[in-house]
Amino acid sequence: MSETGVHSSAIHERAQKAMGDAHLQEAYRSSTLRLYSHRMGAIGQVPGFEPLRERARELKREVMNHLDYYLAQFADSVEREGGKVHWARTAEDACAIVKEIVRNAGANEVVKGKSMVGEEIELNHALEAAGIDAIETDLGEMIVQLSGERPAHIVAPAIHKTRHDVSDLFVEKLHSTRTEDPEQLTAIARKTLREIFARAEVGMSGANFAVAETGSVVTIENEGNIRLCTTAPRVHVALVGIEKIIPRFSDLGVFLRLLGRSATGQKLTSYTSILTGPRRPGEDGPDEMHVVLIDNGRTGALADEKMREALYCIRCGACLNTCPVYRKIGGHAYGWVYSGPIGALITPQFVGLNQARELPFASSLCGACREVCPVKINIPDLLLHLRGEAQERTPATPHAGEVVSERKGMRLWAWAMKRPWVFSLGGAAVRLGIRWLPSSGGQGSKWITRLPFYPFSNWTKGRDFPEPDPVPFRERWKKLSS
Amino acid sequence: MANNSPKVALFITCLGDQFYPQVGESVVRILRRVGATVTFNPQQTCCGQPAFNTGYREEAREVAARNLDLFDDADYIVAPSGSCSTMFRVFYPELFAEKPELLQKVERLRQRFYEFSEFLVKVMKTEDLGASFPHRVAYHDSCHLLRELGIETEPRKLIKAVKRLELVELQDNKVCCGFGGTFAVKFPDVSVAMARDKLRAAADAGAEFLVANDAGCLMHLAGYIHREKLPVQTLHLAELLEKHE
Ligand code: SF4
Repeated sequence: MSETGVHSSAIHERAQKAMGDAHLQEAYRSSTLRLYSHRMGAIGQVPGFEPLRERARELKREVMNHLDYYLAQFADSVEREGGKVHWARTAEDACAIVKEIVRNAGANEVVKGKSMVGEEIELNHALEAAGIDAIETDLGEMIVQLSGERPAHIVAPAIHKTRHDVSDLFVEKLHSTRTEDPEQLTAIARKTLREIFARAEVGMSGANFAVAETGSVVTIENEGNIRLCTTAPRVHVALVGIEKIIPRFSDLGVFLRLLGRSATGQKLTSYTSILTGPRRPGEDGPDEMHVVLIDNGRTGALADEKMREALYCIRCGACLNTCPVYRKIGGHAYGWVYSGPIGALITPQFVGLNQARELPFASSLCGACREVCPVKINIPDLLLHLRGEAQERTPATPHAGEVVSERKGMRLWAWAMKRPWVFSLGGAAVRLGIRWLPSSGGQGSKWITRLPFYPFSNWTKGRDFPEPDPVPFRERWKKLSS
Repeated sequence: MANNSPKVALFITCLGDQFYPQVGESVVRILRRVGATVTFNPQQTCCGQPAFNTGYREEAREVAARNLDLFDDADYIVAPSGSCSTMFRVFYPELFAEKPELLQKVERLRQRFYEFSEFLVKVMKTEDLGASFPHRVAYHDSCHLLRELGIETEPRKLIKAVKRLELVELQDNKVCCGFGGTFAVKFPDVSVAMARDKLRAAADAGAEFLVANDAGCLMHLAGYIHREKLPVQTLHLAELLEKHE
């Protein structure tokens, strides 16, 4: 597993490392700001953007409240169109199903279009272990695959790489001539992939949407590689997280308009593929179409009435681009496949809260994510909810330098706050105690430069701490009211 | 309810009480000047947010429950903090959702609860408080105030009415300063990096003063300013509205 891979909640260490890397900082800063401003530009031109969001949210709510119904309808529709449906409860199930399909096709290589759920179930890893080559064809995915990394962003997997990095990578791995021109870099990738597409037997894709009414799998992209993956090879396998279902074909317009604008600031992406069953006589396309419906923790989220809302997500990545924490620490710091605010919500659902209990805390709860989310997921509210769950269900590991555990500290705090006299006395005690701490003057008051005891000691890592005022307000009030 | 002299109960936040008592004094004088009768119940301590924000709902509820009874006889409750106002108005209903017997009290409390700038502009219909301050000032939108309560224009109206003052907008005026309650100590490096960005924006805008409505943001930003010896000062809105320079 690569160093920037998955399966770790060591977010603090990774975040620290990312923040110490000036190159990475600049890559994240400029890319997220660019995507963010594109989005702002795009939604500014749509007068009906708000009602569109409401409508999308309404539709998602409807689907999530009756997911069993819509899933069954979707499966029926796929079969009716001549496709084959596979149900995968876990990541392992899903990988086993895919391996089986590839083997039945007699192939030892698959071409893949971008799929986050593929990353989530660690498909490449599983295929590799079975002696099957999985070749990523989306430019961003290809870049991270060549570097032995994981996507750093839901929409833009290689967001953390500058043109310069990509150029170096292509020179090293593809032996291409050095260029930093995005078009030429794309051309180099295309040339490498062309041969592979020509011989591939099995093509895989994810799905942006799955239409229950028609059994269609919908993918959107800008490069055309997903379209090639799904139409050129003899067998097409679509990996579909069960939350991707939308009810009717006529609802697609609502989501497509929201997704393009929220993700990249485009009215629509360059390619929208609507795949309904395998090819019919006289048509182009694959002979077989397989749809793998993947649960992998989603029904758990569905069962929780509050967390269900996280499944409304259409993976536009807007919340990542606007999140000041994501902008600083980057996608890999989150330690799992989905990063940013939405990653902090869904990762604990998919891998278990005990595995990822730090994630809901990696937010200042500023709410910028909710502001941009096209389906209006109340991300801060759900993060708060998860924090509560984390404290109740999975004990925090004691922190080095901690005198009292957080829970005990909070109990003590609550005890004091219920007694105004203790609160005042505590203030007085702090005023006394603080005199012995290292401090420096300024602005008419004294500032503590180093506080003892975790977590307070963390405050003074990069900031000073004001000394409490000698006369608190409750004392001053006596004069004010007399 | 709103007669000639509305009765306003103050909610002085725990940080405000201990670290910024002069802000509370300014609030009292200003409220009196606009014609309110001000009361302060010293039984109050904290809104409960530190525990709520960290996921300790039971502890938060215990502390919050006291507040449900403390402000019963006031027409309005006013707090010089967007964050604590949010706690009362937005998070209390959620915190007490499982305690239906208390929900009526919560509802009564939250409907009368106002943030300071909001109260002046919306309820007292006052913008000009006669202050004068010949400096370049930037306003920092505190996240809860901005996004949970939707208060964006009110503080700016009050600031703009200050004579000889020049209000400059920060380039990233809606980006969080990095305080975030316990986030500031749970992720100290990220928190500080966010403060750095905010203060860089303030420097780019040539601001001499950074004004906000939240003691938390102010403490965090001022702490960074002091550590790095930056040439900008922080000021609570209530203090600004009493300046006569
Ligand atoms: S949570 Fe909302 S903003 Fe974030 S990726 Fe999902 S749909 Fe987009």
